[in-house]
Amino acid sequence: MPFILRRLAFYAVAAWVALTLNFFIPRAMPGNAVQGIMAKFPDLQPSAYKALEAMLGVGHPGSLLNQYWNYLVDVFHFNFGTDVANYPASVSSLLVQTIPWTLVLVGAATVIAFVLGTGLGIVAGWRHGGWVDRWLPGLMFLQAIPYFFLALVLLELLAVKGHLFPLAQGYNGQIVPGWHWDFIGSAIDHSLLPALTIVLTSVAGWMLQMRNVMITTIGEDYVVAAQAKGLSSRRVVFTYAARNALLPQLQGFGLALGFVVQGALVMEIVFSYPGVGLLLLNAVTSTDYPLMQAIFLVITFTVLLANLICDVVIVFIDPRVRTREAAR
Amino acid sequence: MSALANTWRRLPFKAKAGAVLLGVFVLTAIIGPAVTPYDPSFQNPSQALSLAPPSAAHLLGTTQSGQDVLSQLLVGIRLTLELAVIVGVIATALSVLVGVTAAFLGGAWDEVLSLITNVFLVIPALPLLILLLGYLPQKGQLPTIIVLSGLGWPWGARVIRAQTLTIRNRDFVAASRESGEKTWRIIAFDIIPNEISLIAASFVNTVLYAIGASVALAFIGLADLNSWSLGTMLYWAQSQQALQLGAWWWFLPPGIAIALIGTALVLLNTGIDEFGNPRLRDARSATKIAGHRVEPTGPTPVLADLTARPSRVAALVHSFSRSSLLDETPAGGEIR
Repeated sequence: MPFILRRLAFYAVAAWVALTLNFFIPRAMPGNAVQGIMAKFPDLQPSAYKALEAMLGVGHPGSLLNQYWNYLVDVFHFNFGTDVANYPASVSSLLVQTIPWTLVLVGAATVIAFVLGTGLGIVAGWRHGGWVDRWLPGLMFLQAIPYFFLALVLLELLAVKGHLFPLAQGYNGQIVPGWHWDFIGSAIDHSLLPALTIVLTSVAGWMLQMRNVMITTIGEDYVVAAQAKGLSSRRVVFTYAARNALLPQLQGFGLALGFVVQGALVMEIVFSYPGVGLLLLNAVTSTDYPLMQAIFLVITFTVLLANLICDVVIVFIDPRVRTREAAR
Repeated sequence: MSALANTWRRLPFKAKAGAVLLGVFVLTAIIGPAVTPYDPSFQNPSQALSLAPPSAAHLLGTTQSGQDVLSQLLVGIRLTLELAVIVGVIATALSVLVGVTAAFLGGAWDEVLSLITNVFLVIPALPLLILLLGYLPQKGQLPTIIVLSGLGWPWGARVIRAQTLTIRNRDFVAASRESGEKTWRIIAFDIIPNEISLIAASFVNTVLYAIGASVALAFIGLADLNSWSLGTMLYWAQSQQALQLGAWWWFLPPGIAIALIGTALVLLNTGIDEFGNPRLRDARSATKIAGHRVEPTGPTPVLADLTARPSRVAALVHSFSRSSLLDETPAGGEIR
């Protein structure tokens, strides 16, 4: 399938650009990062200096090309070196601990927001000027609020004042993590408020786009024809208008996901949620460069993968993407 | 002046509301720092003024170290808006440069520039921004502006490239080229004036992005933490546990200011969108003539048409065919 192959090549290029940026940024920036780290962590052994140098590429052991090759090999083995802030731990072990939290939270909340927003968008587009439309300015206000600030407000209202939700953390600290219901229930309980934050801020974007596309689609001749044939409104809305209006929505999904992930990362800090965002904050406050770099790569690769999955779904849903390729 | 007033009257309500709201904040940014009641950094040693709730002397209360929140807010709005507008100008200029160049030169240039644009569109900006700013030895307004501008152009570039591609093939551009106009003249006088609304929308979006990103970066601590912006205010409120201490007056004002500026910009952008695509307009803007609703997009109503009462299905079909006569507009807008 040439369309998929072309997209695959594009994502490969994007991944390579991210890898290369990640390699050159520490080498191009002014200042000596190694000395900064050594000064910050007095308990680091002097022998760690060389290792840090190699990792950050400051000491330039070997030619640049050589370093680049070693770096690529390391990344493909999921080897991001040793963490500086939590010294004996490896960066990849820290990532493995935190990624599932963020992935499940952001994934579930995004799917809910997408389905809800698209559904509301269909209604708002079909009943143009109806009650759903009247909510639009309010939704725009919600959309304009930074994720982390909405998180603060919700915490204040629902957790501090209302006592409806737990204040922080990903699970009750008295429960030992594991695959048993106590822990899973506690984790779900703690993730409700962060998920609500994501849904509230991102639902307006989906709704607005779906509404606008619906309004344009309803004006198409085939929808008029369906209506004139006397088909039921439900049939016209869902199988004629909404099905076609859904395509731009899916095409935008991958890019929008990038924005959601970014917002969610900062939001995790407010909830002290044990995900990648909190890890990133710790990396920034302790100038933990290896961790920062690894997180950048992991987030970028996840977003690229999500985009690729989106493209595959589009090929299955939209026959035009396939036939356009066949016509070439 | 009357032309300006005329344009204003024709603007959709959303655009007007957005412009007025934004105007209030711009005005605050201009005169705010001059009318602050206190020095925003001054730490009042009085015990009673630590975390004091709003009062007549301190309209928005004080922080834990006795600083006046209102003064910080007035200075902060200036700093945040200043940064956002500068980033908006630089990044939009870059978008126009890349977008127009790619579409106009075509061929290999277009391939390469489009590839770069799409790659930077798909790589999430915030982790990259954090990485770049994290490696910089000193944080502050200038490095943030440079980094944000450097990563803020791809969306605009893509939209402007697409628009330039269609304008490039119009007859008046061909006419200019045939009459021997230089390429730069065609770009500056034929292409760009026809893209003004698109460039304006892209500017508004970039300002929105700059506010969101700079506030998020400051909230993480990647800013000059001794200066007062809306982001650093939230950073201090969060790191000194304003929420847990119940000091809502500390973190609510900067957050609400950000949300209101954001809403103003989104309203402005939706308004610009509706100005160009009347079908998106609120159906309430339809007027009533002889007791019948007439859509702004519809043709001039004929009285006979209105007095004859059409059946519901016929009216529906009619309304559809009317709008289908309108030219095709690209669906959707930016999703954020």
